[in-house]
Amino acid sequence: MLSYITRRLAIAIPTLLILVVFSYLIMYAAPGGPFDMERTLPPEVMANLNAKYGLDQPLIVQMWNYVYNVVVHFDFGPSFMYKDQTVNDIIAQGFPVTLTYGFWSFVVAVVVGMSLGITAAIYHNSWLDYLAVGISIGAQVLPNFVMAPILVLVFTLWLGWLPGGGWQGGQWEYIIMPVIALSTSFMASIARLTRSSMLEVLNANYIRTARAKGLPMRRVIFRHALKPALLPVVSYLGPAFVAMITGSVVVDMYFSTGGIGVFFVNSALNRDYSVIMGITILTGALTILFNLAVDIIYAWIDPKIRY
Amino acid sequence: MILSRKTAKDLETAQIGAEIEGRSLWADARIRFFRNRAAVGGMVILILVGLFAAFGQYIAPWSNEEVDWAVLGNVDTMGRPSIASGHYFGTDELGRDLFARTIQGTQISLMVGLIGALIAVFVGTIYGATAGYYGGRVDNVMMRIVDVLLAIPYMFVLILLLVVFGRSVLMLFVGIGLISWLDMARIARGQTLSIKNKEFVEAAHAIGVRPGTIIRRHIVPNLLGVVIVYATLLVPSMIIYESFISFLGLGVQEPATSWGALISEGAKQMQYGTLWMLLFPLFFFVITLFAFFFVGDGLRDALDPKDR
Amino acid sequence: MNLKAMLTLTAATAVLATASLAEGTHPVTGEKLSDNQTFTYRLLDQFPTLDPQLNEETAGSHVIRDLFEGLMIQDADGNLIPGVAESYEATNGNMTYTFHLRDAKWSNGDPVTAQDFVYAWQRAANPETASPYAWYVELTSMVNAKEIVAGEKDPSELGVKAIDDKTLEVQLTQPLPYFPAMTTYATLSPVHQATVEEFGAKWTDPENMVNNGAYNLTAMVLNEYHTREKSDTYWNADSVIIEKTTGYVINDVNQALTRYKAGEIDHLEPLPPGQYPALKEEMPDEASSVPRLCSYYYAFNLRPDAKPEIQDPRVRRALTLAIDRDVIVNQILKGGQWPAYNFAHLKTAGFEMPEIDFANMTQAERDAEAKKLMEESGVTDLELKLIYNTSESHKQIATIVSQMWKQKLGVSTTLENMEWKTYLNVRRDGQFDVARSAWCADYNEASTFLDLLTTTHGSNDGKFSNAEYDELMTASKTSDNPNEMYTKAEQIVADESAIAPIYHYANTFLLSSDIKGWPYNNAENNWYSKDFYRVAE
Repeated sequence: MLSYITRRLAIAIPTLLILVVFSYLIMYAAPGGPFDMERTLPPEVMANLNAKYGLDQPLIVQMWNYVYNVVVHFDFGPSFMYKDQTVNDIIAQGFPVTLTYGFWSFVVAVVVGMSLGITAAIYHNSWLDYLAVGISIGAQVLPNFVMAPILVLVFTLWLGWLPGGGWQGGQWEYIIMPVIALSTSFMASIARLTRSSMLEVLNANYIRTARAKGLPMRRVIFRHALKPALLPVVSYLGPAFVAMITGSVVVDMYFSTGGIGVFFVNSALNRDYSVIMGITILTGALTILFNLAVDIIYAWIDPKIRY
Repeated sequence: MILSRKTAKDLETAQIGAEIEGRSLWADARIRFFRNRAAVGGMVILILVGLFAAFGQYIAPWSNEEVDWAVLGNVDTMGRPSIASGHYFGTDELGRDLFARTIQGTQISLMVGLIGALIAVFVGTIYGATAGYYGGRVDNVMMRIVDVLLAIPYMFVLILLLVVFGRSVLMLFVGIGLISWLDMARIARGQTLSIKNKEFVEAAHAIGVRPGTIIRRHIVPNLLGVVIVYATLLVPSMIIYESFISFLGLGVQEPATSWGALISEGAKQMQYGTLWMLLFPLFFFVITLFAFFFVGDGLRDALDPKDR
Repeated sequence: MNLKAMLTLTAATAVLATASLAEGTHPVTGEKLSDNQTFTYRLLDQFPTLDPQLNEETAGSHVIRDLFEGLMIQDADGNLIPGVAESYEATNGNMTYTFHLRDAKWSNGDPVTAQDFVYAWQRAANPETASPYAWYVELTSMVNAKEIVAGEKDPSELGVKAIDDKTLEVQLTQPLPYFPAMTTYATLSPVHQATVEEFGAKWTDPENMVNNGAYNLTAMVLNEYHTREKSDTYWNADSVIIEKTTGYVINDVNQALTRYKAGEIDHLEPLPPGQYPALKEEMPDEASSVPRLCSYYYAFNLRPDAKPEIQDPRVRRALTLAIDRDVIVNQILKGGQWPAYNFAHLKTAGFEMPEIDFANMTQAERDAEAKKLMEESGVTDLELKLIYNTSESHKQIATIVSQMWKQKLGVSTTLENMEWKTYLNVRRDGQFDVARSAWCADYNEASTFLDLLTTTHGSNDGKFSNAEYDELMTASKTSDNPNEMYTKAEQIVADESAIAPIYHYANTFLLSSDIKGWPYNNAENNWYSKDFYRVAE
């Protein structure tokens, strides 16, 4: 097990390096630079800017300096666009926000999704099943950029219950709508997964035996069926959590939460090289970490798996 | 792709049709599939949507780019859906016929979904089958590369690609296809591992058939079942990604459009009394995705009887 | 701050304090003031910086005007009024300016001195600061400005010096009657040297910033909001009524409108495209449209290696004529914009609109002439590539114009929507036939527009070049009556169809009806929170 973890972590380093080089090259190839604007800057002004941000160096030197600063000083450099901020500042501000509503979305998606899925499986082929399946596919296919404005219209304008956006340090009334908008499609996937694996388990011989012995349904489900049925769901959670973080773009744009998603899109559009790099590395590292964590949990739950 | 990663895991080890004797596997699967009402319903919807995309333009009085000057400027009153004006679905905010635009958007979205899935199938199957067949060090290296690629935040990369290389349908295909083959490769490899020790493969190997030919003639055909199931479930994810890209404004170029572009334009207008701009494209989007999910589930159940 | 502290002390004093505020009336107009003296507005995007010398765009400028006060400021009509400078005199034929400073204070209690301005202006020009707005310092034509920016001279050689703590002397290389007006812009605001040097790039954080304006920055969360609260150390603090201004970043304009309707923000600008008439009907007291000094036009690619057909003035004129601007202005934009037949915005101060022949034709006449010109030129099957940057209304206009060209002239157009930076790059490299463009005034004078079409201008991306035009614009710099030359220049633009003007901008916005003091007549749309007040309903 330990050697497995070490091996996986060892892959992480070249992965991140490839990611750095790849993103750097893409950014380098992108037309336009961070200091292009409507007014063409006089060459001397442009030269000063390039010198200040090190863009006058050859590509390989820039890349080396970048990697060196990241590895040695954990310094992702200054933002090219937000001139008063460093990438570390931006991540320190945006990432906790994304993490907070991502976490709650995750909790909601897991709890609601599993409940829906289990209900559907227990009442297989009844109207409850069809309802649950209908809700979950519906939730999966309704784009969140349609859902977000509907939420604000209903809860802010018509009912006046919730503020229409903002974060304010993460007070609960600001979290609700982002969580709804972000969690639904994941909730739906989890519900569908839980349903199908639960059905599979409920048809297994050992469950039939338990039922035949006269154990009450509730006990059979919670004591015997739940754990094996949730295994595949667990394997979905790692990628799901990371996808929630990348999916935060829509939430940030509609609810002005100031999370990492809006920084990524803006920095890509504005050629804010250092911010793009910082966020890409961060999400890459998270993806690796979460996938690893999930695999470890999986192995821990499922005694059949050996590494 | 993450939407179906569990499915992917299942499919890696699925025993598709292995134990069935007598009737052909495919005939058997067909019977099971047609017993599933939701799946058949989904199939019918898909055929109808396909027909709409293919032949709708012949019954549309307007083209997708023509501006109805009489409507422009008063879309909320004159642009309503109406049989009389020939705008069956109403017009968009520029007085262009929404019926024609929905047809054209359907074409693009279906194409992105299908071609994206095709790329995934093609690249993923060959890659996975090769890795699985050769095994050993080759397998190790090839699959480590897949692991590395899986750790890349793909949505971010796709945004970067579209920003850098400019938006085009081609770029969308390439971008989405590039990312989607990874899970397919893992599935194909898992299946290949179990197939490659079967007698017919060993026999082929023994009589000196070259590995490329073995993979092409013996391995790949036996992967088809799993691949088809996964591809069916892949198409709706592709369509959802495309809609997200369009929402970001990185989708196809005007006057062409897609479901995602139409829906996001409609959603922007939803407060201004022109709800049809949202509802018609959204309707097609939703029923098609529903249908794909039902058909995908139906196919999986039909080809992999262990669930029932 | 004192008032605020009092309010939170005890319930009893809170009631008292509220009572005294409630009795408040506006010192000049006598209107009854609301208890709630706050102002909230929407920002489309996060401003990149609050450092006055590094700032380069409008959203940041609005904030900086509240936080930092320059030598001169503007009143609600856009007139120049004294800021930190009580008075100034111009000598040496408008080449030397002497400003006399009042007793103003920084927010930490230090006096604002002439040296603070010298430091700030040298900082703006210093290559190490690398200000994207260093060109603005060059534009002031201060002595040595250009050489300093280019790194050829030391920043200390800039033509500005402090005679004493309260006297600032500026030396220019050419007569510039509007130099005092230029000091209203953020780049020439003073900054507090000790603070900048102590905190480096972080000096603009709310906890570090030392500033001299009517407001202090009290909170700043990127891409979410910022607040600025009334400063006690401001020299004219007694006349400031709004206690707190909050800016919320709301990317999506429709979302912003919902939040405006829900009462979360007092001011929303611009309105969702095409929604002005409906909103004006719904909220007649709140919706407004005022001129904005920007011109929207399509640039033709006139590079020698560009498409030969559009080098023919007849073809360009046909394309220009075939655009029905009334449709664009009245049926798409619907926000009080003006159809444009010339370049400079029609509301530019002192600008006399030339007689443009096709401005007075009917569209049917224009279309007829356009068809005739196309036939004369012998160009058929023309295919054009039209580029524009990602935006709902650019897309709409491009779509409509391409349809007009197609239906009237049989010209087919390929639309290419590009995101901003790519578009800038492609436009600069001339990889287009027609490019959507716009230009906004740097100052309220027609040359800010017309200079763009001179041969050497950096933003002349269509590469229009006309010797007579260049001469006129050079001559206008020293002329007593430049408007005459501007009119002639516009005539050349029209005769040559150098560009296809489309419309002159208007700003559409919503403002809560209880907020008063908005500078509707400031053509540059510059506003100061200190001029606002909220009346009791």
